[in-house]
Amino acid sequence: MTHEPYNKQTASEIIAGFDARPEMLVQVLHAFMQRFAWIPEDAIRQLADELNLSRAEVHGVVSYYHDFRTAPPGRHIVKICQAEACQAMGSRELSAHAVASLGVDMHSGNEDVTLEPVYCLGNCACSPAIMVDGKTYGRVSTGRFDDIVASLGASS
Amino acid sequence: MATTKIYVPRETAAISVGADDIAIAIARHAKETGANIELIRNGSWGATWLEPLVEVLVDDKRIAYGNVEASDVPALFSAGFLSGGEHARRLGPINEIPYLINQDRWTFWRCGLVEQLSLDDFRMHQGFKAFEKAIEMGPESVIEAVKTSGLRGRGGAGFPAGIKWQTVADAEGDRKYVACNADEGDSGTFSDRILMEGDPFGLLEGMMIAGYAVGASRGYVYLRSEYPLTHSILTRAIAAAHESGWLGDNIQGSGFDFDVELHLGAGSYVCGEETAMLESLEGKQGIVRYKPPLPAIEGLFGKPTVVNNVVTLASVANIVNLGGEKYASFGVDRSKGTLAFQLAGNVKRGGLVEKGFGITLRELIDDWGGGTASGRPVKAVQVGGPLGAYLPAEQLDTPLDYEAFINIGAMVGHGGIVVFDDRVNMAQQARFAMQFCAIESCGKCTPCRVGSTRGVEVIDRIVAGEDREGNYDLLVELCDTMEDASLCAMGGMTPYPVRSVLKYFAEDFSSAVGADE
Repeated sequence: MTHEPYNKQTASEIIAGFDARPEMLVQVLHAFMQRFAWIPEDAIRQLADELNLSRAEVHGVVSYYHDFRTAPPGRHIVKICQAEACQAMGSRELSAHAVASLGVDMHSGNEDVTLEPVYCLGNCACSPAIMVDGKTYGRVSTGRFDDIVASLGASS
Repeated sequence: MATTKIYVPRETAAISVGADDIAIAIARHAKETGANIELIRNGSWGATWLEPLVEVLVDDKRIAYGNVEASDVPALFSAGFLSGGEHARRLGPINEIPYLINQDRWTFWRCGLVEQLSLDDFRMHQGFKAFEKAIEMGPESVIEAVKTSGLRGRGGAGFPAGIKWQTVADAEGDRKYVACNADEGDSGTFSDRILMEGDPFGLLEGMMIAGYAVGASRGYVYLRSEYPLTHSILTRAIAAAHESGWLGDNIQGSGFDFDVELHLGAGSYVCGEETAMLESLEGKQGIVRYKPPLPAIEGLFGKPTVVNNVVTLASVANIVNLGGEKYASFGVDRSKGTLAFQLAGNVKRGGLVEKGFGITLRELIDDWGGGTASGRPVKAVQVGGPLGAYLPAEQLDTPLDYEAFINIGAMVGHGGIVVFDDRVNMAQQARFAMQFCAIESCGKCTPCRVGSTRGVEVIDRIVAGEDREGNYDLLVELCDTMEDASLCAMGGMTPYPVRSVLKYFAEDFSSAVGADE
């Protein structure tokens, strides 16, 4: 995934692609995330202007949903499923392993990697499951986790 | 030389364990050896434990090879894989695999069978036949057929679909909508995903029939963002349906207009609740609405709206094709038809099993699931997602039917079955239920927003041995309050798993547990 820094021109084009319909706010934010990796304060201001919403409304939506970040993430995003099916197959141990091996806590990260919980990837017959940079992996043992991370070149 | 057809699923679970790598390895090896192959990307049959499951078409039989790894590919070719040759991975013809043939595949019958994004293949397998028949029958007869079928909402709430459709059809409104709930957030569930990835046109057909029956010309699919592959498949399916005149104005000269717009959720569990989903579809925070008014009267943008789950909508095509009576001949009592049960967690043979209601958990877990993956005894089974009760091994003979489960303080829900072995600490699971509610609560009502956080604290005190009796009573009282006073099922049903732990696994509260996070 390659991202570019937020810029008003590109953002405007994205908004126009949704016909500036205010009900498309969540979809526009997804498009921003794809392009810019996160939602800076300036983007919130611009969305409010161009979608004819208040800044409070836009801020409310950005902060409500887990998917929308207001700070830049690491180069790679590792999400580990914490829901019941994965718990039954050792996701708690896998999470502890991830924290120890990546050297970052859940909900945090560094320039290389951001580590986050996720509540179900719908891969519950191949538990435990993780998602790395938008790709889902199943039957993830600690060894397989290390292999996947090593293949990213983000291993600490 | 004749072309050999090879099927490699393009489906999240299969790809999560290497299906794409296998497709690449097969294509490369075929090129190197000059073999003439056609690589077809189908959905999954739902026998997830066998994924990646690759099939080769040999004399009208699809020969399956299970748990294939990319490194197996050269050996498979050497073993005469292209003519169905013997190999350790060979399972035999796909239509002889007991896991699959002992099911009642009413809704999922095309999953695995067809090329997922081929409209021609869909059409060759009855695609849009039900829509054409619906147009001939007229809206009232379609709704009658759905009522006769006894089909209830498969998202979990189990509301009769025919009555919902009738309400929307009868409601006054210059515009009406069909909103498909594809926010499959319950842990242990993936049937919506398997359907959308394996038979995306089947979902569109169900939505078209619903739209025609109630007089709606616009449909929305609200898909969770955790399903990026599903998003790409549905996007392409909707575009293909448009291009060929199966969506849009005056579909195939029928005089019926119908469009579908795909929306992505953004990681909020509560958006699976229908009114929160509608708010999110309107671009707002996914905060639950008061009911009434029901969405059938005042739904999306204030207009009458059919809100149905993916599986509900996809089940309708065959109800129209084969008749409501036929569907109602599956199942028991007031739970008619089939449900796509999903075996997940610590189970040897996890996957999707579509069966008539009335089958027991034990049959599913033992006969299909083959017991736990770890080989250890089953301690608890959570049915119906994070808001469903944990059942002990003694309860496994309960038949899966909506009312039988309500009678034991549990719910069938969306049909997810998560198996835990004897190493699980159930106090930790009760704590997680409260914690999950605290993380995902929309915050509108106090019992859910505050109760969930207090619940975590009370459980921590019980586990720490602090005034155990008093805190135990307090937890029960808190469960009562959340159940009675919450606005939606999030706060209202979080007590289900907690109470089930108190009822069946109370001894686990006296052993220490670590906190999550």
